[in-house]
Amino acid sequence: MLSPEERQEIEFELARYPTKRAVCIDALKIVQRHRGWVSDEGLRDIAALLDMSVDELDGVATFYNLIFRQPVGKHVVMVCDSVSCWLTGYERVREELTKRLGVKLGETTADGRFTLLPIVCLGACDRAPVMMVDGDLHPNLDAQKIEGILEKYR
Amino acid sequence: MEKVLTKNIEPDMAFRDLKTYEGVGGYQAAREALRLAPTEITEMVKKANLRGRGGAGFPTGLKWSFVPMGSDAPRPKYLVANADEMEPGTFKDRLLMEGDPHQLIEGMIVAAYAIQADVAYIFLRGEYKLSANRLERALAEAYDHHYLGKKILDSDYNLEMYLHTSAGRYMCGDETGLLNALEGKRANPRSKPPFPQTSGLWGKPTIVQNVETLCNVHHIVEHGPEWFRSLSYTEDGGTKLYGVSGKVTHPGLWELPMGTTAREILEDHAGGMRDGLTFRGLLPGGASTDFMVEEHLDLRMDFHEPQKAGSRLGTGTMIVLDDQSCPVGMARNLEHFFAQESCGWCTPCWSGLSWAERILGAMEEGRGEPEDLEHLAFLCNLCAPGHTFCALAPGAVEPLQSALKYFREDFERHIRDKRCPWR
Repeated sequence: MLSPEERQEIEFELARYPTKRAVCIDALKIVQRHRGWVSDEGLRDIAALLDMSVDELDGVATFYNLIFRQPVGKHVVMVCDSVSCWLTGYERVREELTKRLGVKLGETTADGRFTLLPIVCLGACDRAPVMMVDGDLHPNLDAQKIEGILEKYR
Repeated sequence: MEKVLTKNIEPDMAFRDLKTYEGVGGYQAAREALRLAPTEITEMVKKANLRGRGGAGFPTGLKWSFVPMGSDAPRPKYLVANADEMEPGTFKDRLLMEGDPHQLIEGMIVAAYAIQADVAYIFLRGEYKLSANRLERALAEAYDHHYLGKKILDSDYNLEMYLHTSAGRYMCGDETGLLNALEGKRANPRSKPPFPQTSGLWGKPTIVQNVETLCNVHHIVEHGPEWFRSLSYTEDGGTKLYGVSGKVTHPGLWELPMGTTAREILEDHAGGMRDGLTFRGLLPGGASTDFMVEEHLDLRMDFHEPQKAGSRLGTGTMIVLDDQSCPVGMARNLEHFFAQESCGWCTPCWSGLSWAERILGAMEEGRGEPEDLEHLAFLCNLCAPGHTFCALAPGAVEPLQSALKYFREDFERHIRDKRCPWR
């Protein structure tokens, strides 16, 4: 069941588009913001609200990089693996992250604190290499800075 | 030299609210524009030689002139700001949205009025959190002051404007992929014709325009097409946001006259290569443009001269390759991006790009074979313009085909020595 808050936020978006379906990406993001990810149950509830088939909605959900169809950790670390970051030290940043967190890209730490994901160019190439944690941008990274940044996300 | 788009952006990137924006004449140009006939604005934009800043460089006024006008035109009509800045190496629209969000809204009001749009959307990539926050604040302020909504700016014109934040996929930057995403679908491209100008969002006339392009529009109306053309060194009007990333001394972004040379941008503004490094080449306008090398650095970065090097302006944000980075590794990184972001709609793209990525990966890991170079050349041709629905695959092979041309010895060395010399 969608919570009253989730339903209210989705209905707010409905006023901005001529079709219900157009809101489905917003709806997926709203549910994810409240629950951390989009479960099969969440998917079914959104589909019912927007008059879509569940499969159709899953086709949309799985297309977009920022919709999580699996549970993620408390904090999501997205490390940019695109070209400007690659040129300026992405590989060392990735090594440091995988070593410190003890997980590979795409995995969640055993304590559920962090999920580590690769992300495409974050549009901060003049400050490369960069990563994003829960929507906060961390620019000009080097291996030494990683520990201090991760410490902030307890 | 005159700055237009960035002249009011504070060095500390503080939020510029409506009051501050109005303090330097903000929304006066839109007020003036709404007293003109819509077609007069389109004519001014045409005369100004404003071309799209998103990568393709299509003439803006010409695009608008394809929109059906008059009382029997299909309604509603739409304007969409393409703020899905996902081209690797590109970070220019972020500055405009974070630094001066009302400038984008004002440009959009004038563009929307020119095509008589009823609704405008800002299609913003999901990762641009600060841009989203500032645009929402600016939109709320604009609504509060009747700059948006019914009978705006003391005219009879009605315009609704909404922010849509995307969920992340490079394909959303493609004009028709973006329209599908806004309709709540997978961002696959659409077959053209029909073109969005006559049949776009929900089948209605739609203009999709890059953020930087839109930010210019009301300045053209305010100061005139001749002034706009005079800002440029060449026949393409206006200024351009140029950026440099990679191992240069001062990576950054600068608003300069359109047609500034690659050398001036790289050496005078970015300060040249970091100490001890030698320049090898650059992608002039994002990941999907062909390499330019030393002999091309004096070309003017407009919509014409880079063609002499077989390349193009693209987004105007260059990515620089140095001698301590491997060209094969760089090509592998780029093709990994494009293969991953391919939507899977047409075969040359999803198959060809992942194949190219695999070959380049094998080369990097010492498993290259002599016939690989031939295979890569074949794949570049497979993904050439005309073989796919959209521009993703043709763009994806631009850096690869030019790397094969300029750095061929490096590719051959990987295969011959069975290892990457940079590792």
